[in-house]
Amino acid sequence: MSQTGARASRGIELRGVEKHYAGRHVLGPIDLAIEPGGVTALIGANGAGKSTMLTIIGRLLEADSGRVEVGGLDVRLAKLRELAKVVSILRQENHFMARLTVEQLVTFGRFPHSAGRLTQADRRAIHAAIAFLDLSGFENRFIDELSGGQRQRAFVAMVLAQDTDYVLLDEPLTGLDMRHAVGMMGQVRAAADALGKTIVLVIHDVNFAAAYADRIVALADGRVIASGPPEEIITPEVLEQVFKTPVEVLEHDGKRVAVYYRP
Amino acid sequence: MVPVAVTLAAATALAVAILVYANPAPPGTGAFWIIVQARLVSLGTILLVAVAQSVATVLFHTITANRILTPSILGFDALYVLSQTALVFLFGVSSTGMEGIPKIVAQSALMIVFATLLYGWLFSGRRANLHLMLLVGVVLGIAFASTASFLQRILTPSEFDVLSARLFGSISKADPAYLPIAGLIVAGILVYVWSRRRSYDVLALGRDVSVGLGLRYRREVVVSLVLVAVLVSVSATMVGPMTFYGFLVATLAYQFAPGDRHADVLPLAIGIGLVTLLAATFVLRHLFSAAGLVTVIIEFVGGTLFLIVLLRKGLR
Repeated sequence: MSQTGARASRGIELRGVEKHYAGRHVLGPIDLAIEPGGVTALIGANGAGKSTMLTIIGRLLEADSGRVEVGGLDVRLAKLRELAKVVSILRQENHFMARLTVEQLVTFGRFPHSAGRLTQADRRAIHAAIAFLDLSGFENRFIDELSGGQRQRAFVAMVLAQDTDYVLLDEPLTGLDMRHAVGMMGQVRAAADALGKTIVLVIHDVNFAAAYADRIVALADGRVIASGPPEEIITPEVLEQVFKTPVEVLEHDGKRVAVYYRP
Repeated sequence: MVPVAVTLAAATALAVAILVYANPAPPGTGAFWIIVQARLVSLGTILLVAVAQSVATVLFHTITANRILTPSILGFDALYVLSQTALVFLFGVSSTGMEGIPKIVAQSALMIVFATLLYGWLFSGRRANLHLMLLVGVVLGIAFASTASFLQRILTPSEFDVLSARLFGSISKADPAYLPIAGLIVAGILVYVWSRRRSYDVLALGRDVSVGLGLRYRREVVVSLVLVAVLVSVSATMVGPMTFYGFLVATLAYQFAPGDRHADVLPLAIGIGLVTLLAATFVLRHLFSAAGLVTVIIEFVGGTLFLIVLLRKGLR
């Protein structure tokens, strides 16, 4: 990971990024720089453009205009194979036609490095990723036989096995109960802290963002309306502007908690 | 590897049986070998059709991420029927100047050009959308089929008779002169697909995962679709359109392969494809003396399996 240090220090940069769907303006123009390292959470109301922005950064969607750089690589111009070693992305919905075991799934994460021919280093990375997400012992289980929480961890393990400096996760907490959501965020945090990854995730629950993220980027109507550490974003003023509903903010154990259940 | 070995052993046994069973000449005589040679043409045809159809269907399932489609949804069979009909309609039964190799090459070329243009156009720009392409394929298929049936209606009865005989897929009527060309094409595609089997494992996971893992998805899909088109047209040129044979073979291969990797599925699909065609040929030609019915019977079995799979998936 040391030789990619220079790349990691450049972070993610968006300049004038815009996206239209069928003539409707859904995103941008967005100018945003995400520093390398740590966990960045994208928050916003439904349809605010969070996932669109994440998929554009992850080169799954092409912006209509503007430029996106990840670790110094222009995502539109760089070779896909090179990008796949720098940035990985996990979408929300993953339905596969093939029946895969956990190990087979995680092995796919090594494809950019090995093109399917596994080396010893690949095997080590695969087992490290499986162990990191507490899936040891489940290697030979089929992913459709796992619980929702385990399945989500298996997908994250695949993305970690890809061993990229930048990891993008689209709503990794969807469908997880309290315990599994807390576990998942703990593992995301550990991946950033122990493995030095830059993690950007779309998150629905602002309180998870407040508790785990280093930076929060708030989107509304396709634009970034605020970005900064949780203390600056998790305030009644910003949140009410983002979600257009009354929010009260409490302090608990040094972290902020938004309470919004009854207006 | 065990299922593949079993199918290959069975295929070899069936092939030998087809060559020597009920050979009217005494073994070892010149006449005996002449008959064996004539039967070798059928065997070569079976081999090529089995490889072409099974590889085409597995690839098509992979790139569409859907295992209940058959490549004929793209309208190739209908295009084959239309081009045959048009030939008879325009040039009459004799089709002078367009017989044998030139006709077959022109036929394949027409289908390949059509495939490349259609997929190239549908998959370029921002509209790159697999579902749209399948829909266009269905609509074009209907258009080709209706045009063909319109042309057939205004043919003279004798022309129509000749055309029906041509369209009726038959292994025993394949043109031996076409075998070397078809063999080269199918072998070339097989080598290419096999060398990229690991990429196809990734492609089966869908667009997002493929792009995320560094594959040039759009290019891979267009190349694969053109390969499928070439395989289907080679097979159709030899034995006529077959809708469900590839589906039958691929479905059985998924069922019995030790894993879902292409390294497991492709060889087994080819093996099962060979056994199915060889067994049907042997039984129908030698036991029932009805060689022309081989593709019909296989389509019947394949179509029945298709319905069963469809109903079971629907009930789940």
